[in-house]
Amino acid sequence: MPLLTLSGVEKSFPNGVTALAGLDMAVREGELLSLLGPSGCGKSTVLRLIAGLSEPTAGGLTWGNAGGPPSIGFVFQEATLMPWASVFGNVYLPLRLKGESRRTATPAVEEALALVGLDGFRDAYPRELSGGMKMRVSIARALVTRPRLLLMDEPFAALDEITRFKLNNDLLALWRRVGCTVVFVTHSVFESVYLSTRILVFRNRPGRVAAELDIDPAVPRDEAFRTSTDYAVLCRRTSAALADAMGEA
Amino acid sequence: MAGPAVRLLLPAAALAAAVLAWHAVVSHYRLPPYILPGPGLVARTVVADWGMLSDSLLVTLRTALTALALAVAGGVGLALLFASARIVELSLYPFAVILQVTPVIAIAPLMLIYLPSNTAVLVCAFIVAFFPILANTTLGLNSVDRNLADLFRLCGAGRWRTLVHLRLPAALPYFLGGLRIAGGLALIGAVVAEIAAGSAGRGSGLAFRIVEAGYRLNIPRMFAALLLLSLAGVVIHAGLTALSWLALRRWHESALARGT
Repeated sequence: MPLLTLSGVEKSFPNGVTALAGLDMAVREGELLSLLGPSGCGKSTVLRLIAGLSEPTAGGLTWGNAGGPPSIGFVFQEATLMPWASVFGNVYLPLRLKGESRRTATPAVEEALALVGLDGFRDAYPRELSGGMKMRVSIARALVTRPRLLLMDEPFAALDEITRFKLNNDLLALWRRVGCTVVFVTHSVFESVYLSTRILVFRNRPGRVAAELDIDPAVPRDEAFRTSTDYAVLCRRTSAALADAMGEA
Repeated sequence: MAGPAVRLLLPAAALAAAVLAWHAVVSHYRLPPYILPGPGLVARTVVADWGMLSDSLLVTLRTALTALALAVAGGVGLALLFASARIVELSLYPFAVILQVTPVIAIAPLMLIYLPSNTAVLVCAFIVAFFPILANTTLGLNSVDRNLADLFRLCGAGRWRTLVHLRLPAALPYFLGGLRIAGGLALIGAVVAEIAAGSAGRGSGLAFRIVEAGYRLNIPRMFAALLLLSLAGVVIHAGLTALSWLALRRWHESALARGT
């Protein structure tokens, strides 16, 4: 049974825009699922629905086994840090809001910071950090509650390519270590192929799933993969699926 | 380019040059003190009249600072109320605007009829200082990053926690900006109201001393009182700027040294 099933989901906004219509998709336990599509195809809306930040107009979300939604971490397109709080304060926030004291939360915060390689920066302020480091803080903040489901909304879109590659590798390492399910929204074919175990290609206006591609999770993701023929073939197939989806729209 | 020493020395030198030029003009044209007193005479008058002037300075400062404190309490309190209920904002905001746009000099005579003159002066100073704090704090409380607000929702934060951990810190730079404006305005409001009250025959603030000295053609004392007033304004401004810097220096762009 999948972790989450969306069936017949529709979402329209008061201004008349229908972002999603007839969306059927499932999120499987433990996978790294990419939602790939052009801007404005409702990918981010899907994440907001899953997070419970907005309600579908029609259709519904069904959570597997336990019934209720699991613990969720959310990483936004921008780092979205509180500029007035230190790195520690930012990562501590989700625990603080759950009523944990600073002292009891410290081990979890430090562990999350270590996971993203920011051990030495707990007292730094966001303005002192580079874009990539800010994003790491943001990821640490999402991981500090040990979520079973991590939702990421184009988290690396604003970063330069070198930083993005590095963070792609770090995310993969994290995902293997933490073992949570990840839903990753992107508009980059290359990023989605490199990261995912499965890709859902979205079509536009209204958004829905146009194609699905599986990628063997056993293939090691590294520089060799990034420059391999297999990778190129997968990218070509994904690009074609995306082009089809956009042609349909 | 400009070191800290230069940044201090340059304005100090310019000020000294201006005072010297003032002195030169007065002595060169042998201007009588009732036309224009020289800087030396003004300084001597400050010393000679210190007993009376310092009492008046304290009165005016106390009025301005009390008005500022009340404006902070009232402005922040009302801004919080506005932020929590849109209906309150819609109903009460027009009143705040009317109070702000009506010149305080025109309100003062009415206040002086209804209230004892000290209280009337305080109320006038409060009225002018209140609006920038209310307006800025309201703006700040409503300027929260939408994603951060979503994150707070996602973490299950209630209104109280969202206010304390998100909206208040986000509003702090706006509030401090309003506070700096209000500090200057509180002094202006106090002076304007004192002048209105003084002409009604009572008052012992610095503004009243200026009016009184004017009636007696004691021009050096007018200058001396004016000097103390502007010093008081500078001190209030510097104090609030320092407060703002202390509160924001770790994180806000406005408080960061340029070029580092």
